Amino acid sequence: MSSKSTEMEAPPTIQDAATHVSRSEGLIFERSAPGKRGMELPPLDVPAIDPAAVLGSEFVRDSVEGFPEVSEIETIRHFTRLSTWNYAIDIGMYPLGSCTMKYNPRVNEFVARLDGLAGAHPMQPAEVAQGCLRILYDLRKALLAITGMDAATLQPAAGAQGELTGLLMIRAYLASKGNARKKVLIPDSAHGTNPASVVIAGYEVQNIKSNRLGEIDTDHLRELTTEDVAALMVTNPNTLGVFEERIAEIASILHERGALLYMDGANMNALAGVARPGDFGVDVMHLNLHKTFSTPHGGGGPGAGPVLVKKALEPFLPVPVLVEKDGGRLALDSNRPQTVGRVRAYCGNFGVLLRALSYILAYGPGIRQATEDAVLNANYIRKQLEEYFDLPYSAPSMHEVVFSDARQKRNGVNTMDIAKRLIDYGFHPYTTAFPLIVPGAMMIEPTESESRVECDNFIDAMRSIAQEAETNPELVKTAPHNTRVGRLDEVAAARKPILRWKP
Amino acid sequence: MRYLPKSPSERQEMLGAVGLDSVEELFVSIPEDFRLREPLPLHRALSEPEIIEYFKARAAENAPGYTSFLGAGVYQHQRSVVTDSLVQRGEFLTSYTPYQAEISQGTLTAIFEFQTLMCQLTGQEVANASMYDGSTALTEAVLMAERLTGRHKVLVARSVHPEYRQVLATYAKNLGLEIEEIGYTASGQVDAKALTKDRLASAAALVVQSPNFFGGLENIAALAETVHREGALLVDTIAEAVSLGIVRPPAEADIVAMEGQSFGISPSYGGPFVGVVATREKFVRQMPGRLAGQTTDSNGRRGFVLTLATREQHIRREKATSNICTNEALFALVATIHLCLLGKEGIREMASQNVAKAQFACAELAKIPGVRRAFAAPFFNEFVLEFPRSVKLINAALIRDKIIGPLPLGVNYPELTKHGLVCVTETMPRGEIARLATAVRRVLETPL
Amino acid sequence: MYPADFRYTKDHEWIKVDAGVGTIGITDYAQHELGDVVFVELPKVGARIKAGESFGSVESVKAVSDIFSPVTGEITEINSVLTDAPEKINSDPHGSAWLVRIKLDNAAEANSLMDAKAYQTYVDEKAQEQSA
Repeated sequence: MSSKSTEMEAPPTIQDAATHVSRSEGLIFERSAPGKRGMELPPLDVPAIDPAAVLGSEFVRDSVEGFPEVSEIETIRHFTRLSTWNYAIDIGMYPLGSCTMKYNPRVNEFVARLDGLAGAHPMQPAEVAQGCLRILYDLRKALLAITGMDAATLQPAAGAQGELTGLLMIRAYLASKGNARKKVLIPDSAHGTNPASVVIAGYEVQNIKSNRLGEIDTDHLRELTTEDVAALMVTNPNTLGVFEERIAEIASILHERGALLYMDGANMNALAGVARPGDFGVDVMHLNLHKTFSTPHGGGGPGAGPVLVKKALEPFLPVPVLVEKDGGRLALDSNRPQTVGRVRAYCGNFGVLLRALSYILAYGPGIRQATEDAVLNANYIRKQLEEYFDLPYSAPSMHEVVFSDARQKRNGVNTMDIAKRLIDYGFHPYTTAFPLIVPGAMMIEPTESESRVECDNFIDAMRSIAQEAETNPELVKTAPHNTRVGRLDEVAAARKPILRWKP
Repeated sequence: MRYLPKSPSERQEMLGAVGLDSVEELFVSIPEDFRLREPLPLHRALSEPEIIEYFKARAAENAPGYTSFLGAGVYQHQRSVVTDSLVQRGEFLTSYTPYQAEISQGTLTAIFEFQTLMCQLTGQEVANASMYDGSTALTEAVLMAERLTGRHKVLVARSVHPEYRQVLATYAKNLGLEIEEIGYTASGQVDAKALTKDRLASAAALVVQSPNFFGGLENIAALAETVHREGALLVDTIAEAVSLGIVRPPAEADIVAMEGQSFGISPSYGGPFVGVVATREKFVRQMPGRLAGQTTDSNGRRGFVLTLATREQHIRREKATSNICTNEALFALVATIHLCLLGKEGIREMASQNVAKAQFACAELAKIPGVRRAFAAPFFNEFVLEFPRSVKLINAALIRDKIIGPLPLGVNYPELTKHGLVCVTETMPRGEIARLATAVRRVLETPL
Repeated sequence: MYPADFRYTKDHEWIKVDAGVGTIGITDYAQHELGDVVFVELPKVGARIKAGESFGSVESVKAVSDIFSPVTGEITEINSVLTDAPEKINSDPHGSAWLVRIKLDNAAEANSLMDAKAYQTYVDEKAQEQSA
């Protein structure tokens, strides 16, 4: 304060300034005013037309009611402010189990935007699409090397669609042998997309129990694998982060009875460069490129879910299939009589596929180091937290570790409370309440992208919360305390859904 | 390795803390027979400049400097550099599905805005947070119609995008869903005469596309009235979303399945794009995909959450409305930002420019002897021309002039081997339209 | 707690039979386990339902529970109040938040179900299992 104020006889009352809108950004529609715009078009270089006259007045609309009218700077501020309300990998550790929230390299973003790639039309003739096709070819080759499988499709748009594609191929393969069969076995620890995909593939779901170690109960499997069973869908390592040690036995139980082994590759980050599913009896698998292969999650997508198969299933791949012709020219072949059909228009999420290739090129065979670091981080965190949290399954951990809230629950603190409290410590929560076989699950997957310091900070936060759960459970139960919005009323949102803005 | 934040000694210390001597011991639970002894047969690791060099070389093998008249579900439209700079913010790019609402309000608010924009454009009451793309959105819409009506047959117009129909056929095959095709008239529109009482009475839905695959507009209101009379639903799919800036919204349709690529998303050899399903409020519980909803926090402040999640696979598992999990959130954000910039006036202007340019191009090309417009239906920015010889042959000559010509329709429509689909958006300069016309004229003047 | 004139199932539905017509709801234990109810899905009047089969569902924010019929018969009435006020299931599960009325094929069918005392013992055991 300058001396001026002291000269005043009566200092003015200092009013509370209203909080700046950057701390409570509204909706873009509330910023709209007639006549503003954020984008201008070059003038038309052909004669103007009257749309109603050309199309017929019955085909023409009035202007879009309620549509926003804002300037460029307002748009930039609006979305920049919104972005500051998000947590992200670029801000800190994001240990969501089964989601593999690793660093998303920026060079991948750069190359995806190169004109000749971002501007390529999916229907342009193969002779002027050799670059795109070569990228797909090189990616396919690399994924086959990493998984030890024989053939692949890159078309599925995400993991769930990959599952469906794989199941459709299994169905087509079995049908070609005379019997498509009726059921698909799914462990009780599986991700929800597995059963949902099974139903769309026209199969029934049969659940199979996990044993005390959190692995598939092979005796139960033997019992269940009848002539009606088409396949077992297994996630390996499973959702407890445990490698199915009897995977070869599991495969042979299935194969002896003519069923196939499907592997959900959601947890491939534990295996890349260390072991190949093709070697341990897997017949069909999918990969989530947005997990293991670093393509950004973008707040929920896009992803890509390539499906890799053994030789016997190759005739059933979705069309078109990328083929190499004489002279090394690449082409898309749709003339495949046994194909399951097409699962998505065009060649899938090409922009995601090329980012994954960029990631693989950056590592080469060194991808093993990423796997080692991911598994090391998970085991380090497990070791440092074992004394503080209940570990329901003690089998060795791979890339993730699953604790439960059993100890904290005695003080009324559950996994969701601890997760919310982690937010106060500056971390994104781990995965809560999954897998379903662990009541009060706390599923932690640090990935290789966390330094020792970041891991240590996370461990400190978790230990501190464990202590708070003893000494001040209320503090944990009412968390988070320093976010810009508190816990939101999900019940009201579901009872009387408001799903769009209205003036 | 530049992406890995640990020094060799830190690795050793951490291993020690776990109680292990070697890295190999981390993998003891993998049976020894399956542990790789050799490095993977991958190319050596590349530095950043080498990666860029690799992709630049690939880009150069495509079609640099070519002019393309392809549309067919993927369109070249003006984009603002603002959109791309905003979506590259790490807070959007590198965040997960917004399950933890308190630290995901940015994504959730944007999804809520996206849902609103999609409703405003389509004239529908609710829209979801995105599907994979137009083709899978259409399939999901059909499965939704099947659940709503309890009927197991669907009528699909042949003027719907062939690849969308192929995707639907793949899904339908094992679900006991019968597909019956409905032809098109001489004007290139769905054949309303084929919509008999008998057909409709056992159908869950009629599926049309507008603008359809031939570029023509369908009369949604009239079709809706026809199908509703027999208790069937109308599913309208939209592959060229910019059309909604000027074309009457399909408010009478029961479900709209849309591809949003035209809203600021680059063609990127076919994806990632953004699909949308929009419908009536009363059908929301049968809708696939995520939804963001408005609510309040403990202090009464407005906030947004994912809601009605019991429809989804992570809760309802085999009884879910869809198996979709990962969607296309980042591209829903691209579309949202793009549409905010374009705004009420901009989208109308852009759409009108498309009509004007396509009209101009169609008239210019139809002046060429032997070339004629195939269908009389009003069109948005695509139209079908009939040529005096095979379109493939014409294209083979055009490509030497660095022109990617009309899409040959014969592949998917055996009756249309001399027909090509031409797309002209607002980004096509008049001079290039003239260059195409000149080149086609020259090709046709050359004897076979 | 549990009305003496109701009968109960192991899936936590209750039924009260009056002159061959049963009124069905979910128990206080069930609503408590489910948490805040946000949506109820009920069959149409006239629908045939079978004992042990699901005829509808009750949803909270993060869970869906099927409702299994304790008896076989035909739906004569549904409680449409619940469409707009599903929260009633939390506040009055044994009263105004009944779900459906059903005309029993066999009026005596409900007699074999648990009575209030047996059900109380059953849920007490459940509660003990959970805290163990």
